[in-house]
Amino acid sequence: MNRFWVLVPVWAWLLLFVAAPVVIVAALSFSASVPGVPPYTPLLHNPDPANYAVLVADFYYGSAALQSFILALSASVLCLLIGYPMALAIARAPERWRSLLLLLVMLPFWTGFLLRVTAWIGLLRDGGWLDAALALVGAGPLHLLYTRWAMAIGVTYAYLPFMILPLYARLSKRDPALEEAAADLGAGPWTVFRTVVWPLSWPGVVAGLALVFIPAMGEYVIPELLGGPGAQTLGRALWNEFFANRDWPMAAALATALLAALLAPLLWSQRRAG
Amino acid sequence: MKRGLGLNAALVAGYAFLYVPVVLLVATSFNPSRLTTVLTGFSWRWYVALWANDKLIEAALLSLRIAVVSATAAAALGTLAGLALARFGRFAGRPVFAGLVAARLVLPDVLVGLSLLLLFVQMEDWFGWPDGRSALTITLAHISVSLAYVAVVIEARLADAGTELEQAAMDLGASPFAAFRLVTLPLLAPAVVSGWLLAFTLSLDDLVVATFVSGPGASTLPMVVFSALRLGVTPELNALATVILVVVSVALGGAWALQRRRA
Repeated sequence: MNRFWVLVPVWAWLLLFVAAPVVIVAALSFSASVPGVPPYTPLLHNPDPANYAVLVADFYYGSAALQSFILALSASVLCLLIGYPMALAIARAPERWRSLLLLLVMLPFWTGFLLRVTAWIGLLRDGGWLDAALALVGAGPLHLLYTRWAMAIGVTYAYLPFMILPLYARLSKRDPALEEAAADLGAGPWTVFRTVVWPLSWPGVVAGLALVFIPAMGEYVIPELLGGPGAQTLGRALWNEFFANRDWPMAAALATALLAALLAPLLWSQRRAG
Repeated sequence: MKRGLGLNAALVAGYAFLYVPVVLLVATSFNPSRLTTVLTGFSWRWYVALWANDKLIEAALLSLRIAVVSATAAAALGTLAGLALARFGRFAGRPVFAGLVAARLVLPDVLVGLSLLLLFVQMEDWFGWPDGRSALTITLAHISVSLAYVAVVIEARLADAGTELEQAAMDLGASPFAAFRLVTLPLLAPAVVSGWLLAFTLSLDDLVVATFVSGPGASTLPMVVFSALRLGVTPELNALATVILVVVSVALGGAWALQRRRA
């Protein structure tokens, strides 16, 4: 196999469609918005950091960043709390059942992202399924839809498979002899978990956290549908800058700032999990 | 074992979390009333409405076309990328290569969508191609996203398989290319198929990237569903979700049964 013919098309594709677009976004963030096609001053013609000054000065963007951070963090933690026991249980199940159990994790994922979010609207809205169930025991109503709880639940639900799959990949490779040895030497189940199972699964935990946290930081659809008007996250801010205000350079500045902020967790997870 | 019980309870609770919304969605799709929590009977009403909705059907056909083309291209390019990551050792620029693949895998959709749109606009400005935004630009964008997923699936498969079989083939006199064709490729076939399926569903499911890079007249299924959702959930959309769920379950269940029989 000639390596050259394998590497050339992939490198070309990656440089043109992954690297170049990022460079263009960064360049555009120093342009200004003007009416016309395309709606911005020529790239790097007269670079001006004005967009970043607005980004720093306007409280709206800072609060959007904070909202996104809280959302991404709470969803990653929830995914880990729900996903870890599931991945461990699947990894310990009899081998012939594992692929079916994993398939069951992935199946709702294949019904369509938007439609799964829709299901949560029906569950959480006032007078929805959850309120109806709570009314049976005399509790509620909770008014959950259009709150940050609804957003966190929605993101957790949508990204849970991305937590379970890397965790399972790691946990299924574990050596039961190690756990038995620890138990034989007198360690209780909790000590075995804390000193053997958890440390060995750490790369899977890092990969899972990265796969949930990083995309959740820019999530647009779930805040839009479940978060209500008060949920101004970075993803929504960027979307509105582009589609509603038609200020492409400002959207590019937001994108560049978000990318720069996400580079740290991206590199960290690459090093730890890679 | 007490701990095993606790774990299995967590597993069941996890599946309940995953499936309760889906079950309720299916239940509401058969409800004749618009007041969706009171189940008043059984009706195909919303399925009939769905079948008559030309806009949704047209969008679904466009989405399917884009998904087939982009999944096929992404499977080919992604296989090459996975091969490079798993088998080429520390080739020049490997960290950058792996970093670009990983970046495309995790970066938020809004970043991917905006950056690809700007690439297309600039390319048109510089070279006059692509001519405006259309289904073509959506397809190119989807290839660029799915490629990374396919690469990861292929890399994992090759890393699991090890190189012993290829070594053995070459020890027995096969040329490196023959070893690749006769050993590696058949070994990879199931991974290429699952990579293709993953790319296919990613494309079918994508709203954000498609909205950024799409032009007038090219509305994919998620775009049509999203604009309908913004006006409020209708039982018709629940019916659509049920149809997709049934088709996918049958396809996946069949694939799983086939695989089990062979194994």
